[in-house]
Amino acid sequence: MGGQTELCGIKLRNPTILASGIMGVTGASLIKCIENGAGAVTCKSISLEERKGHPNPILVQYEHGFLNAVGLSSAGAEGIKELDYYKRKCKEPLIASIFAPTAEDFGDIAREVSKAKPDFIEANISCPNVQDEFGKPFATDPGLAAEVTRIVKKNSRVPVIVKLSPNVGNIKEIAQAVEKAGADIINAINTAGPGMAIDIRTAKPVLANKSGGISGPAIKPIAVKCVYDIREAVKVPIIGTGGITTGEDAIEIIMAGASAVGIGTAVYYRGIDVFKKVAREIEEFMEKEGYARINDMMGIAHD
Amino acid sequence: MTKLEKPLVLEIKKIADEAESTKTFIFEHNLEAKPGQFIMLWIPRVDEKPISISFQDGKKFGITVMKVGEFTKKLFSLKEGDKVGIRGPYGNSFNIEGENLVLVGGGCGCGPMGFLADTAKKAGKNVNFIIGAKNKKYLMFEKRMKNSGVNTFVTTDDGSYGMKGYSTDLLKEMLEKNNISKVYSCGPEVMLKKVAELCREFGIPSEISMERYMKCGYGLCGQCCIDGTGDRVCMEGPVFSGEKMLKSEEFGKYKREKSGRRVNF
Repeated sequence: MGGQTELCGIKLRNPTILASGIMGVTGASLIKCIENGAGAVTCKSISLEERKGHPNPILVQYEHGFLNAVGLSSAGAEGIKELDYYKRKCKEPLIASIFAPTAEDFGDIAREVSKAKPDFIEANISCPNVQDEFGKPFATDPGLAAEVTRIVKKNSRVPVIVKLSPNVGNIKEIAQAVEKAGADIINAINTAGPGMAIDIRTAKPVLANKSGGISGPAIKPIAVKCVYDIREAVKVPIIGTGGITTGEDAIEIIMAGASAVGIGTAVYYRGIDVFKKVAREIEEFMEKEGYARINDMMGIAHD
Repeated sequence: MTKLEKPLVLEIKKIADEAESTKTFIFEHNLEAKPGQFIMLWIPRVDEKPISISFQDGKKFGITVMKVGEFTKKLFSLKEGDKVGIRGPYGNSFNIEGENLVLVGGGCGCGPMGFLADTAKKAGKNVNFIIGAKNKKYLMFEKRMKNSGVNTFVTTDDGSYGMKGYSTDLLKEMLEKNNISKVYSCGPEVMLKKVAELCREFGIPSEISMERYMKCGYGLCGQCCIDGTGDRVCMEGPVFSGEKMLKSEEFGKYKREKSGRRVNF
């Protein structure tokens, strides 16, 4: 089938990847996404220490997408059992997303999750919802982003994905820094903003964290621009994430320079089988327009 | 795109004492819920939790809540006229099938059973409702159910009212009489498991309402997924067939808390 793609030599049956933070708490829910067509899945970011995250509401819809502030809840190293569960029952590629408060701790959790033999490790250095606790995300500083990348790379035996934030002055500079530090793949973007929604009847912010990262259709143009810019700046493959809801959205971000697409919030808009739907729509487009492989469309929007 | 799913702010119209540490909160809003469905109840700057619907007529709906933690403590401090937010109704619902139904409610699990009993009665079914309570003080809905023409049975763990013992003891007796079409249940998970096992033993279909720690309520975060199927309690549930739940390795054994860590029952 023409819809297959490849990331660092690892084959994906189609370019749709469940993005981190959606349906990723348990091994069984990751498998459910594979059963519904995902080419690969990413678990919710795992940290060494157990974290409860923010109180509810952690998610609220607005006119053009969602705001979320889950607050990096994690079962701690016990969460690795969920990856084991997945690996026992499922063969499709698994991306272990990791998070840590310091660069050093990123190395420890990378080593820990490696025990579950994921196919990729993704360093989440771009969560916008824990600034009160940890300060600005690593992804906002090229030096810190590179430092985390180097440490994760050193402690991993599989390709390392670094997930970047759109909320930066110059994403090209960050992308070059993480590529130079050894990142094998870049995932762009994490949620945008952050933003805020206020309920006007009670005059209170809806999210318990008050603000939250913006996801969904509203951020797709930002994701497309970030991927386009990153493609110009680096050679490593890119996973394009942010508001991808349809096959056409996926094609658009692939033409900007992505080799695969992250899908998260679209599970709400199109159901859990959104992966199957998007993969089919990509294939239909390719057939109609005469593209033989995903790679034939990758980055072709560039001059 | 369908309607925007953000909290709808409503005034609490009425608060009624139901039993020890248990109150029913009534709202004036035509929710158009089906029995088994739930709402996400938001107390601004406090938290948001899934709560089953326990009562509904064309103009009002109610939720019946037991005070168990910080959120419910805050809810119990609210007065009639205070505002809260609701989203929903969410989730699937009970399928009313057959003519002679048994409903088994444990503790405040009687909430959704009450709404189901009313609905089944209106549909002309013969409804038997076993209300299980720790003791007489925690007994709820007996009068309401009798007034609706529901055959009401009470069991208490300590025998302070009704039959002494567990609701499932009485369920077994009823199943032995062998004219039950279907069994429905909500309450503590050990009880649900017992109900599902008994129904399997007697070859009677059952539907149970599951509870898991829920975060988003939009079907996105994956917090409430059940091992085995990966089903989301907030979307594919909360109502599952007993047969299906008995196939899940976590049923009656463990659940996940807020962090996602497994905790045993």
